[in-house]
Amino acid sequence: MSLQENKSALEVLPRDEAKIKKIWKTAFILLAITAVEFLLAFTMDRGLFLYFIFIALTIWKAKYIMMEFMHLGEEAKPLFYSIIVPLIFLVWLVIALVKEGTEIFIMRW
Amino acid sequence: MSTTATAVGVSSKRGIWGGGNEPLKASYGKLMMWFFLLSDIFTFAAFLITYAAIRVSYPAYTGSADNFVGSNEYWPIPELVFEAIPFVHGLHAPLVFVGIMTFILILSSVTMVLAVEAGHRNDRNDVVKWMLWTILGGATFLSCQAWEWGHFIHGTDSGTVLTYVNSLNQLVTETVFGANMYVNEYGPAPFAQLFFFITGFHGFHVTLGVALLFMVFYQAAVGTYEERGHYEMVEKIGLYWHFVDLVWVFVFTFFYLI
Repeated sequence: MSLQENKSALEVLPRDEAKIKKIWKTAFILLAITAVEFLLAFTMDRGLFLYFIFIALTIWKAKYIMMEFMHLGEEAKPLFYSIIVPLIFLVWLVIALVKEGTEIFIMRW
Repeated sequence: MSTTATAVGVSSKRGIWGGGNEPLKASYGKLMMWFFLLSDIFTFAAFLITYAAIRVSYPAYTGSADNFVGSNEYWPIPELVFEAIPFVHGLHAPLVFVGIMTFILILSSVTMVLAVEAGHRNDRNDVVKWMLWTILGGATFLSCQAWEWGHFIHGTDSGTVLTYVNSLNQLVTETVFGANMYVNEYGPAPFAQLFFFITGFHGFHVTLGVALLFMVFYQAAVGTYEERGHYEMVEKIGLYWHFVDLVWVFVFTFFYLI
């Protein structure tokens, strides 16, 4: 195919308003969650419960970014799972290293 | 993109194991970007989990937030360390500046996804416009981070009196200002070390990202993608840019909030 043909083949499609609206909606949700986190940091007492809320909200935000912005949900299922499933290893790493840190704490203090 | 990538279907003659199939229905470049990002997720996760491990190995600060002073005896409350904003000296504004940085990075991710959407429609003008906004967001974020680092390194006016082993292996008691790899006025030495490594590694990713964004902006503007027949590069670099945003969301929580 010559360049000229290629150029004429690339037709500019009209804006998909529904899609663009969804993008801005996701953006609003992400910013709102961040604002909530910011508020909670000053209104709630620090402690495990607050940390749990923070981590839950963060994973919620991560889900929006991966699904809506990176379109991972629209990929083929095998690709989706080959990205998501290996993350299970991180659960082990969290348990192992936090346990390690606690033991060091006990030895030091 | 999907139309060209899925053109190769399952060949009935060769069967499903005969080759020539695309079970993941994505182009080579996009697949490799995803797998690179997966490996990068592990790198950043290892950094952040290390932060957690080192943090729990130190006592937490237990006093009231009003009387907080830095010490290498306990881990500081991050929101009391990161409390300055540019141009207003001495104002106590915890987390405000980091919050603004988070907003900027999320917004640049939004403009990036709008550029990807424009790329799907082969709309050169929209791609160029949204790429410019994304570059602007990325550059603003980097400038903010440079200021944040500068402030962290130079420290507060009063500093903190600490007893520590200095780089010459001598036990000294002196007023420490700011932070370096040996000592910092905010908390134990690993606090500053982890700050430099984690936000530095993320900042390095953002810097690379801005360079890649500029490449996409330039190539879109001069019509490279139009000649190529598709705007998939916008999508691939977009994946990387969203990832940078994704990591920052976690850094924000684990380093600044918790």
